[in-house]
Amino acid sequence: MKMKQAKWIRLSFTYLILCVAALIVIYPLLWVVGSSLNPGNSLTSSTIIPEHATFSHYKELFTKTEYVTWYWNTLKICVCTMSLSVIFIGLTAYAFSRYRFVGRKNGLMLFLILQMVPQFVAILAIYILANLVGLLDTHLALILVYVGGLIPMNTWLAKGYYDTIPKELDESARIDGAGHLVIFFKIILPLSKPILAVIALFSFISPFADFILASILLRSDEKQTLAVGLFNMVSDEFGNQFTLFAAGSVLIAIPIAILFIALQRYFVSGLTAGGTKG
Amino acid sequence: MEAVPQNIKSAQNKSFHYQSNHRKTAVILSIIPGLGQLYHKQWVKGILFLTLTASYVAVFSNLLNMGLWGIVTLGTELPRDHSIFLLVEGIIALIVITIGVAFYAFNLYDAYQTGKKRDAGMRPCTLREQYQHTIDKGFPYLLVTPGFFLLIFVVIFPILFMVFLAFTNYDLYHSPPAKLVDWVGFQNFIDMFKLDIWRETFVSVFSWTIIWTFTATTLQIAVGIGLAVMMNQKDVKLKGLFRTILILPWAVPAFVSILVFSGMFNDSFGAINHDVLAFFGVKDIPWLTDPFWTKVALIFIQTWLGFPFVMAMTTGVLQSIPNELYEAATIDGATSWDKFRTITLPMVLYSTAPILITQYTFNFNNFNVIYLFNSGGPAVASQNAGGTDILISWIYQMTMTSAQYSKAAAVTVVLSIIVILVALFNFRRTKAFKDEGKV
Repeated sequence: MKMKQAKWIRLSFTYLILCVAALIVIYPLLWVVGSSLNPGNSLTSSTIIPEHATFSHYKELFTKTEYVTWYWNTLKICVCTMSLSVIFIGLTAYAFSRYRFVGRKNGLMLFLILQMVPQFVAILAIYILANLVGLLDTHLALILVYVGGLIPMNTWLAKGYYDTIPKELDESARIDGAGHLVIFFKIILPLSKPILAVIALFSFISPFADFILASILLRSDEKQTLAVGLFNMVSDEFGNQFTLFAAGSVLIAIPIAILFIALQRYFVSGLTAGGTKG
Repeated sequence: MEAVPQNIKSAQNKSFHYQSNHRKTAVILSIIPGLGQLYHKQWVKGILFLTLTASYVAVFSNLLNMGLWGIVTLGTELPRDHSIFLLVEGIIALIVITIGVAFYAFNLYDAYQTGKKRDAGMRPCTLREQYQHTIDKGFPYLLVTPGFFLLIFVVIFPILFMVFLAFTNYDLYHSPPAKLVDWVGFQNFIDMFKLDIWRETFVSVFSWTIIWTFTATTLQIAVGIGLAVMMNQKDVKLKGLFRTILILPWAVPAFVSILVFSGMFNDSFGAINHDVLAFFGVKDIPWLTDPFWTKVALIFIQTWLGFPFVMAMTTGVLQSIPNELYEAATIDGATSWDKFRTITLPMVLYSTAPILITQYTFNFNNFNVIYLFNSGGPAVASQNAGGTDILISWIYQMTMTSAQYSKAAAVTVVLSIIVILVALFNFRRTKAFKDEGKV
């Protein structure tokens, strides 16, 4: 009887906490959705359940702002960043995991240090360099900067994961006459899909989340990314375009969140395997 | 490569009495790269090296000359010289020189090694063998080069630039093209600790950075682990639903959430004051205008943003803890709390330690949340940083709004040194790094 009571208390306590946590998590998100459907422009009148729900802000987004262009720019940058980083990181990590060469340890150490110094402390230098080589206000510059910034940390992640793939597999393949690249494509690549998926997703998301580098390197309005465009919307006249901003945010958050939740399982397995060992 | 041919082994044994001295000749000839290789009758390699050297000199001699002069003087004559561009060229020249020296050293090494083989009575490698050899030995370099090259230009070069900048007087009043910039040695660092306003700002920003890092990160870890453990109790229903909801802050792009929060926390018409606190009958709180409340809000927001990641990680670990441990503990009469304290927590912390450490360094440099929420504000009298500025957002503000580039660079250098030291110290103690050390 006493056991049952204790269990009841424990479970109701658990549910209480979980529900409160869920509420705190969901409230701001519902609030944005609510705001985006509110008529009017400002924060003042917005309620979480709008009385006269309207999609006019979404319509406005497509007709009166550069939103579609920003979205397209961001997707383009994201896809390029993702493909380039996966190629560079996949290969670099393969070298660090499977070969012993002069400079290997120093290279790893350098990556470890570089991943800790945030890249944009050097925005000034990046700006001047881009200006010097004539890449200012181009998406290429932004993509290169993103890829470079992603390399150090994710190489460690991928290397850690590769290290868990038994070396005997490569060796037996080598005895069978497989070359360096064949081993990579036939053995390492198929077995390391989870971590490469994680890296792909990380590098896909990072341009979405970055606002500083984009705001510095891209000058003209039609080249902006979503983060910069939306930030300007909020900071220009705070409160006055808030509902518009909310609508824009909803259209970003929903696809990304779905992508994320769908790939969540990959994520955890890739990170814990790479993290604990690497 | 594993099977060393017999003749190399015997050659190595005989190495004490060489008949000839091709090593020395080749190395001396290789002072001009390529000649040593030609001496070894490695025609293709020799010509390749010669061409490389010639083009290196032809392409870069101007840059090297100009760059080295520029980095030493930072320009002497206005309007001809632009100090900052000269500094950039100088750093690029230094990088090019480093690559050149590496190639040169390789050239000497190669000439020596081939010479050694010839002295030992073996013929130098034929082109075909060399090709095979290059593929085997050079393959990892081939893999690393593209990524590394990019890294040099977009990460290493900018960091070097900032380091150099920290020793100049580049600011609003010494700003090209109207003025020249000069080297000032350690003046910026001395100013930072000697001038009252700088010292006070630095101390207050730095201490808030530390408090921020520890509170926000520890809270997000504690909440994450706590919720994961609660959710993964066997008899909890609706696990999937709870997990999906609780993971949302991680799934929604952070900049969106932060901007939304900055709207919600708005003093006069935000939902927190308007709806939530009003509901509980609490008076309005000045979230964005009082430094203390802004800090509270920031820590809350970062916990909200950061806990799902820790939770997901912990869930992964929890599922891998063998059930027998808990069963054995139950037989020994352990309570749930005992089990959590002696089994769950150590297991979780042990296997996620490296990731948790990166969470601390991440928050130390968490620019987005500070800047997007309230731009580091509210402003505070008697210092030249906002009330919630952490080091990194202070640097940004100095660079972008008050044009104190060299001071910003000096703070960057201090910040980088701190982060690197702390992180290296921690990494050295984790298992992953020790394993790497043995290789």
